[in-house]
Amino acid sequence: MAAEILLEIYHMSKGFDDLDVIRDISLSVRKGEVVSIIGPSGSGKSTLLRCATMLEKMDGGELVYLGEKAAWEEDGRCVYAPKQELKEIQKYFGLVFQNFNLFPHYNVMRNIIDAPMRVDGVPKEEAIMRAERLLDQLGLSDKAYAYPYQLSGGQQQRVSIARALALQPQILFFDEPTSALDPELTGEVLKVIKQLAKEHMTMIIVTHEMQFARELSDRIIFMDQGIIQAQGTPEEIFSSDKERVREFIGKFQA
Amino acid sequence: MSVGTMLMQLGKGMLSTAGIFFLTLLFSLPLGLIVCFGRMSKDGIIRGISKFYISIMRGTPLMLQLLVVYFAPYYLFGANLRGYRFPAIILAFSINYAAYFAEIYRGGIESIAVGQYEAAKVLGYNKAQTFFLIILPQVIKRIMPSITNETITLVKDTSLAFVLAHAEMFTMAKQIAAKDTSMVPLMIAGLFYFIFNFLVAFAMERIEKAMDYYK
Repeated sequence: MAAEILLEIYHMSKGFDDLDVIRDISLSVRKGEVVSIIGPSGSGKSTLLRCATMLEKMDGGELVYLGEKAAWEEDGRCVYAPKQELKEIQKYFGLVFQNFNLFPHYNVMRNIIDAPMRVDGVPKEEAIMRAERLLDQLGLSDKAYAYPYQLSGGQQQRVSIARALALQPQILFFDEPTSALDPELTGEVLKVIKQLAKEHMTMIIVTHEMQFARELSDRIIFMDQGIIQAQGTPEEIFSSDKERVREFIGKFQA
Repeated sequence: MSVGTMLMQLGKGMLSTAGIFFLTLLFSLPLGLIVCFGRMSKDGIIRGISKFYISIMRGTPLMLQLLVVYFAPYYLFGANLRGYRFPAIILAFSINYAAYFAEIYRGGIESIAVGQYEAAKVLGYNKAQTFFLIILPQVIKRIMPSITNETITLVKDTSLAFVLAHAEMFTMAKQIAAKDTSMVPLMIAGLFYFIFNFLVAFAMERIEKAMDYYK
């Protein structure tokens, strides 16, 4: 089964000041795959995600979405595609933030329909239909005209997932989507992500929820000190004989 | 002079004061945004010029600025401009208040979480859309109390236009007071300013309330 490859990263590196946060990471993600990235704080997981979503510029390496190069190396420097091309490439992915970053002055509906209408030129009626379907799917139909401050953290995060999905991305990135939530609210967000996995949404999830990663992922990547220390199926990772992996996972199973 | 005539004359001055007030707001609010962009520019030269501009405007008396703006065309170019008095007043007030507004805008813009920009970027908004649709509405809500402060100060600062002998309310009050050797016109002028500011504060409060639908 050779599914289409949606994302390819080759030899990504990124440093801040003198600190190398990401050192030579290569990775590819197939259509329909759910990949979890785990690892200790400061291991570079979030930076990897921020480079992949072009919120940060890589120092070196290549970034390819659906065969289209967003960035590559030329004379030892990382160059990005022209702005217009990047705009198109950007449409391939969506990102869900740790602290939601909903627009507080827009109600739920407007948060979801505004970008499709303004960025993709989707007609208003269609954008609203899309939004209603998503809200229904995420169990938020009764909150369509609420403002973000009126919602719980879990509801806000589900809205932000709906907002990302409304642009119909091929890949959805999650940056620690439940880290700002208490356990009860975490559950409702994880449920939504599981539902998306069932629908074969391609997802890359940076998370600290080990059990969740284990249940849901096709592949788990363990990062430490800016490199991929291990990757494999959940079974392979959870029964890894690598000491660093065992040590990290052991802490969560205690 | 009867109180009726006095009120009539002061009323005319009041209109002129209101004119200075509204025109200054009309020009200085957008101009302040431009100065603010300059102050926050990535370009060091533009940033430097904007900083210098703000420090001059805030660091010297408005009264002096009024005189300089009014007399500069004559002393620099020998130009005798007819009817320049009122435009000079509006110009001086506008460039002065723009400097203060610029700093208020900057404070507001810098207080918006970087996540708002990042979310907008990932969703595909361009820079102008991000600023005008996402950032600016939130900035306006946050800076309203400071803008109200500045606006109230402006009402009272309009009295400085007397240095150019412009017939706004304060000038009128002073003239009548001198002629009649009476405190009454000054008291009435004070009452006028107070009522004006009361209305301004009321209007600003309504605007703040209108933006209360989100937090």
